[in-house]
Amino acid sequence: MTCKTSDCQCGCNKVDFTELAPVMEKYAKTPGSLITILQKAQDIYGFLSMEAINYIAEQTGIKPAKIYGVATFYSQFRLKPIGKYLIMLCKGTACHVNGADMIEEAVCEELNISDGETTADGIFTLNNVACLGCCSLAPVMMIKSVAGDETYGNLTKDSVKKALNEIRQKEA
Amino acid sequence: MKVVVGQGSCGVATGAKKTAAEFEKQIKEKGLNIVVDKTGCIGTCYLEPIVDVYDDNGNLTRYVKVQPEIVADIVEKHLVGGQVAKEHEISDVDKTFIGKQKRIVLRNCGLINPENIEEYITIGGYEATKKVVTSMTQDDVINEIKVSGLRGRGGAGFPTWFKWNAAKSNPGKEKYMVCNADEGDPGAFMDRSVLEGDPHSLIEGMTIGGFAMGATEGVIYVRAEYPLAIHRLEIAMAQAREKGFLGKNLFGTDFSFDLRIKAGAGAFVCGEETALIASLEGERGMPRLKPPFPAQKGFWQKPTNINNVETFANVPWIIANGGEAFGSLGTDKSKGTKVFALAGKIKKGGLVEVPMGLPLKDVIFGIGDGIKKDKAFKAVQMGGPSGGCIPASLIDTPVDYENITKTGAIVGSGGMIVMDETTCMVDMARYFLDFTRKESCGKCNYCRVGTKRMLEILERITSGEGKDGDIELLEELAQKIKDGSMCGLGQTAPNPVLTTIKYFRNEYEDHIYKKKCTAHSCKPLLTFTISDACKGCTLCSKRCPVGAIKGEVKQKHVIDQNVCIKCGKCEETCKFGAIIRD
Repeated sequence: MTCKTSDCQCGCNKVDFTELAPVMEKYAKTPGSLITILQKAQDIYGFLSMEAINYIAEQTGIKPAKIYGVATFYSQFRLKPIGKYLIMLCKGTACHVNGADMIEEAVCEELNISDGETTADGIFTLNNVACLGCCSLAPVMMIKSVAGDETYGNLTKDSVKKALNEIRQKEA
Repeated sequence: MKVVVGQGSCGVATGAKKTAAEFEKQIKEKGLNIVVDKTGCIGTCYLEPIVDVYDDNGNLTRYVKVQPEIVADIVEKHLVGGQVAKEHEISDVDKTFIGKQKRIVLRNCGLINPENIEEYITIGGYEATKKVVTSMTQDDVINEIKVSGLRGRGGAGFPTWFKWNAAKSNPGKEKYMVCNADEGDPGAFMDRSVLEGDPHSLIEGMTIGGFAMGATEGVIYVRAEYPLAIHRLEIAMAQAREKGFLGKNLFGTDFSFDLRIKAGAGAFVCGEETALIASLEGERGMPRLKPPFPAQKGFWQKPTNINNVETFANVPWIIANGGEAFGSLGTDKSKGTKVFALAGKIKKGGLVEVPMGLPLKDVIFGIGDGIKKDKAFKAVQMGGPSGGCIPASLIDTPVDYENITKTGAIVGSGGMIVMDETTCMVDMARYFLDFTRKESCGKCNYCRVGTKRMLEILERITSGEGKDGDIELLEELAQKIKDGSMCGLGQTAPNPVLTTIKYFRNEYEDHIYKKKCTAHSCKPLLTFTISDACKGCTLCSKRCPVGAIKGEVKQKHVIDQNVCIKCGKCEETCKFGAIIRD
């Protein structure tokens, strides 16, 4: 649970939800807004922590168990923090037919992580996604970061490694 | 003069933003008075980035595959010199990709700037809405749609007028018009293209539908994976409100209608109406029993109508051109046109809009130009995870609801994934079951557990562990899942397995009894050997992660089959094509 007092002595990791407050003000009492609230919370914090879920529960009056249920139902929501760059690797039909598994292999080889994991340096997280809708450019991946979304099409093992290395050098 | 750069998601993915920036930079450097504008996706994805240059008389020159490097050439020759830069212009052959189509849904995609309402108005935009709210009754509109024969383009193919009429007939002042823009079928992207390229058509379609059923509020449920679509839709809605095309008292009448966007959170099952409604209400997207139908009790228990993007995009055209004009296209029971997303092992992938009833062959070979690298065409997958694989022998099948359903596939939302001889059909079935297993909401036992069991069997078969009786077990399970599931997801989930067993039973048998994958795609069933083409360069033996390759320099190498893990790294590494995959 979130410790509310500012001079907390209990040793908990006090979480600051001031950024989320305006969102709650707008949506907390509007019925049917839970998914929107969770999306905004994830936009701000990168993932949904148990603290955030409890905070939303307090503000909306929806039980934490139910919020957890919704958060785990939809593939968009994450309960763990992610890296600076989120690799969304498309596993749609066209990508599958054109070798998405091979691309995944290359990413895993290069970064030493598998689907859903984050690199030790916290730079990359790999997420396989259902379809990015760029089927003519298959295989495709989208890399999300604070700088925006970048889509990479017609991937090969080499081009995906090159793209990842470029980011890595930028971050070094 | 005006330069327009196509900037749909696929255009951007191929570097259209960089191309546009390069044009802007060079135009500025040369001090030219030329505007660089943007447009949506024209559908010829294989030619992106696409740049259109309009001269002062509105004549169009289209340049394709315009990477930043060749911008200078076009600027120099065309923008400065006034001569078409022929070498970068679209070829006559490529022109036929669009020339052979009949575009209603995609009529504006790639032609107008989706972020500028004026361009939409110039080509007659919002005239249909005006006509409806100022001069037609609710029944007039429903009747016009009935005459057109328009059926839902999301998958089920239910007559649109019937749904609107049902929602209209149910009592209550508060009613909702919902757009399903949660294009969840992997392999379909026509809705994204309309959202990104022509958002006002959707707004108009929803307003007209809202008028017909008596709704004053509409909700667009868009997938969160389409950030650009949401962005453009927000711009379009704001501009429409400013012009008085959305909001209170449209065109000075009593009719008020407004829209809002709700971003989906990623759940394929939300394509099902009642699941989508649950999701709109902030719940887990789980379907419920029908009746009551959404037209009776939908969003917040009020009469609700749900159509998908493509369906709505047809509506303004039907109102403007008349239901009969629409009905004159297509076949007896499948009227109008349908957009297909052509992808997979196809030479020219993209969005193809054709009248219903055109044979598959004309779409795949006539427009799509056949198979990549001229390999043999094996099958086309239609309808995504709910559909099936249609084999090469049925290539003359007319593409309409009835004929495609007869093959065991469905028209669905219009994904057409083309497969060649290197695609393993058992693996395709496994792929789709893996998808539906993950996306099953878990409410019905047969769907939740049955898809998992089917997947396990398919995984066994593709890894060489298949056994006698597996095919029959799959068929039995498939039937039970169909019978024991409440919603469309479960009822159709076994289709990819059933159609591949029906048309490619021999491939299943090869996997199970001969332990062979004839498409050479299932790795555990492959054998890698080295042919006489080997020059003994040693690269493969260095690359092999398990040291399975032995041999002296300049001597033919040998793979120890007992050690080989079939990773295929040797094949990637070999420069002489000496590694044989069998």
